[in-house]
Formats: sequence, C-alpha cells, structure tokens
Amino acid sequence: MTGPAFTSTAAIELRGIHHRFGEVTALADVQFTIHRHERVGIVGPSGCGKSTLLSAIAGLIQPAEGTVEIDEATTPQERLRRCALMPQRDLLLPWRTALDNAAIAMENRGMRRSEARDRTRPLFERFGLAEFEERTPNELSGGMRQRVAFLRTLMAEKDILLLDEPFAALDSITRSGMQEWLLAALEQEPRTVLLVTHDVDEALLLTHRVVVMSARPGRIVLTLETDFPRDRPRREIVTSPEFATLKESALEALEL
Amino acid sequence: MSERTVSTPARDDSRTRPSRTRSIIDRYGPPALIVVLTIAAWELIIIVFDVPTYIWAPPTLIVETIREEFPDLLSHSAVTLTETLVGFFFAVVAGLAFGLLLHFSTWAKRSLYPILIASQSIPTVVLAPVFVLVLGFGLWPKVAVVALFCFFPIVVGTIDGLMSVDREYIRMMLTLDATRMGIFRRVEFPSALPQIFTGTRVAATYAAIGAVFGEWAGSQSGLGWQMLQAKGRLDTALVFADIVFITVMALSLFGLVSLVERLTIPWAKKGGRT
Repeated sequence: MTGPAFTSTAAIELRGIHHRFGEVTALADVQFTIHRHERVGIVGPSGCGKSTLLSAIAGLIQPAEGTVEIDEATTPQERLRRCALMPQRDLLLPWRTALDNAAIAMENRGMRRSEARDRTRPLFERFGLAEFEERTPNELSGGMRQRVAFLRTLMAEKDILLLDEPFAALDSITRSGMQEWLLAALEQEPRTVLLVTHDVDEALLLTHRVVVMSARPGRIVLTLETDFPRDRPRREIVTSPEFATLKESALEALEL
Repeated sequence: MSERTVSTPARDDSRTRPSRTRSIIDRYGPPALIVVLTIAAWELIIIVFDVPTYIWAPPTLIVETIREEFPDLLSHSAVTLTETLVGFFFAVVAGLAFGLLLHFSTWAKRSLYPILIASQSIPTVVLAPVFVLVLGFGLWPKVAVVALFCFFPIVVGTIDGLMSVDREYIRMMLTLDATRMGIFRRVEFPSALPQIFTGTRVAATYAAIGAVFGEWAGSQSGLGWQMLQAKGRLDTALVFADIVFITVMALSLFGLVSLVERLTIPWAKKGGRT
C-alpha cells in the first residue's frame, strides 16, 4: 500500500494497557503507535473501552497497567497538556456565544478575551461558520454545535486530537456532511487524530488506519490500513470495491 | 407551489403566537379576578354582619387609613426598608463567601456543612431578643435577624449549584488547559448561578419578615413597631395598612432579584438546558 509517508516519529505510543472497573476488564493488552499527523480510527461495540482508552491517553485517568507515551511524556499532567479531547456531547457553554466557546482554550491559557476572540474569528470564516459567531449554542443546529465544538478543540493548538464519537448524536444526513467537513478541516490543519466511533464507514472514510476492538475485555482484534484518495467524492469511495472489502473484514471482526 | 401540493393541517397561529395583550390577560386575569372578588367579599361580609372595625377592618377603611397616615407609614417604611436591605446585602455577601469557602476547601465542607444544616433547626426568630440585648434598639439587631434569615437559602443555593456542575464540562476544560481558577470562573460559577439566584429569591421574600420580627423584639420605629402600637390602640385598619406595606416591600425585593436574574443569566430560562 502506498499510504501517506509518515515520519517515523511516534506521536502516541501505547504499551500493554490494561484497565478494569471492578470485575469488568475494560482494556486488555492494548498496544499501538500513532505517528505524527496520522489519523487512526478505533471502532468497536459499546463497552469495548473506547472512551476509557481516550481518557487514559488524554491523562484524565491513569491505566492500571501499561504506559502511555506522548512525545516521550508519560505523566498524566504532561499528557493533558499535549492532548485536546472532543467529547461526544458538544458541551458548549450556554452562557457563552459560539465564538467565546471556541476561544475558551486560549482564555484558559491566560490570553485576554478580546485577543482570543480575534484569533478564533478567522477559523469561523474558513470553516463555514461565518456570521454565527455571536449566536448562543441553543440558537445553533446540532451540526453547527459540533463544528463549534471541533473548532474549540482545534483552538487548543495541540497536535493531538482525541475525538470521542463526535458525530454520534447527529442524524445520518448531517453526519455525512460533518464527516466531509471534518476531513477538509483536517486536510487544512493536519493533526494527529485518534477517532473513536462505532460507525465503520466513518472510521474508514476519515482515517488512515482503523483499529477494530472487541468488547469485554476490550482488546484489539484487527488493524486495517485505508488508502482512499481523499479528493474523490465520498459517494465514489463508499461504493468502491476496496471500501467494501475493508468494511466486510471490519464487520466480520466485529462479528456483525 | 405549482409543481406539487403538500397539504398539512392549517396551523392555528393564534395559539403559537398570541398577541401581547392577550397573553397578559390570559396569565394575570384569573388570579387578579380572584383577588378582586376576595376584597369585595371581605367588604361585603363586614357590612352585612356589622363587624366592629376594631375587630376586622374593611378594605375601604384600610385604604382611607393609608391615605391619612401616609407620611407616617412612609417614614416607618424607610426604617424597615433600610434594615431589610442592609441585612439582605450582608446575607448575600456572607452566603456567597461561605458557599465558596465550602466549595474550595474540602476540610471546611466536611467540618462546617453538617453544622450549617443542623443550625437550621434553631428557629431564627427566637434569637431576635438576644440580638436586641447584645446590639441595642437601633438598626443592627434587625440587620442581624434579617441576615440570619436570608443567609441559609443563599448558602445552600451556592453550594448545591457548585456541586451539581456537570463533570463532563470539567473533564473537557481539563483537556483545554484550564486551571482550577479557570474552571471555576468559566464553568462552575456560571453554571451555579441559576441555583444561587433561586436561593437569593427565596431569601428576598424572607428579608422584610425578618426585619419586622426584629422590630417586634424591641425597637422605637419601623413598620413592625408601628403595627404593635396600632394593635395596642385597637387600630386594626392601621395594622392592615402596615401589612400591606410590608407585603409590597417583600414583593418588590423579590421582583428586583428576579429582574437582576433575568438580566444576568438570560441563557438559563430560554433553552431550558444547561
């Protein structure tokens, strides 16, 4: 396969991650490497520990066993500083406008509010949110709220984006629009991305590599390299035989 | 519409968009009617059964008394209003400060919160004479009673509001480089504001009553004092006039807090979700 040439530097390195909640083994021997600016998708049924894995990488929790290394940093505090997490719920603050929501990471780092707003505004124009800057979240549609939530994650200016089922709450038409939007955004602003989803199509379309996980215990059962020309329309990719073959093996691994 | 016709039931616009005057009548009409009818019945019963006015004053006499005693009522109102506002102000400041202390210090929360809850079984009213003994007959014992009355709902609103913040917001903020103070300023405090205002609104309704209790325990002026004097003279109409003034005062403070709330957190009502 002629995948994109990633520099050999590993951005995220997971070694022998185990984690359990009481009797339930959430993660068992999870091990993989993500290179800089590579996009990796994780698909798996509910309860396979996908979200736990993201929290562990982000440094919100420390796995019971194993190490998470991000640019050679291993402590939770250092990991928190290097990752931005986009949760499934948009979690926009209702007392802030769309622009102020997106700019919050810069304010958190001590930037003046007016400056944070000025730095965020151009992204609204570039990513199809112009004129929605001063709307409050409940005046926005579900798709727009997700876009603002994504911009908020981008504005944290971190190389690593952890996306936790970002479009799960959207209807399927809005979702495909958002997937294309996200792909375009990431082509413009390349980042190292770990995308957790339960939607096989979404993972195959948006990432370079798809990791399939099983549930209880959550372990890796299959890894798929994807290599679709990103400039082709979505419709063509989804209906191509290569896509069908990859999807088939993913579904088989998921025992669907 | 020439190519295809889709028929849906016609929308009843009058229901989704009532005119402003109509919605006001719909909302306030029925309770206003009840109030008017009650006052009329009150007047009527006194006339029909020939009740002596020192036992139960008719509304017309109360209105007349208010007109005659207006300057006096006003000057006593000023006294009670001052006690109410000063006490309420202290309660808001102390309530917020105490709530924040308990939020930021686990130790303070563990040691003081149970005491705070337990202290509520002490009826605040019975402390009023103690305050008079300690602080004299002036403004301060009343301020103390008002502040004590109002303190509890504000503290509880603050603490509950800060405790019920959605944990997911905090996780999100942690991955966006927020410090403890940043999380407090941008997430915890704003999201606690609706509950803080709820507590403050409750406190606002207590405040005037607190002042009156304080005056009953010992004073030389104020609506509560005037009420006691009127009672001694069997001037029932004046007692009612004082009640009217106290009620108006309590309602005004409640309305003021509600207004501030609507201006400060317009987002809280509209969407219904936080």
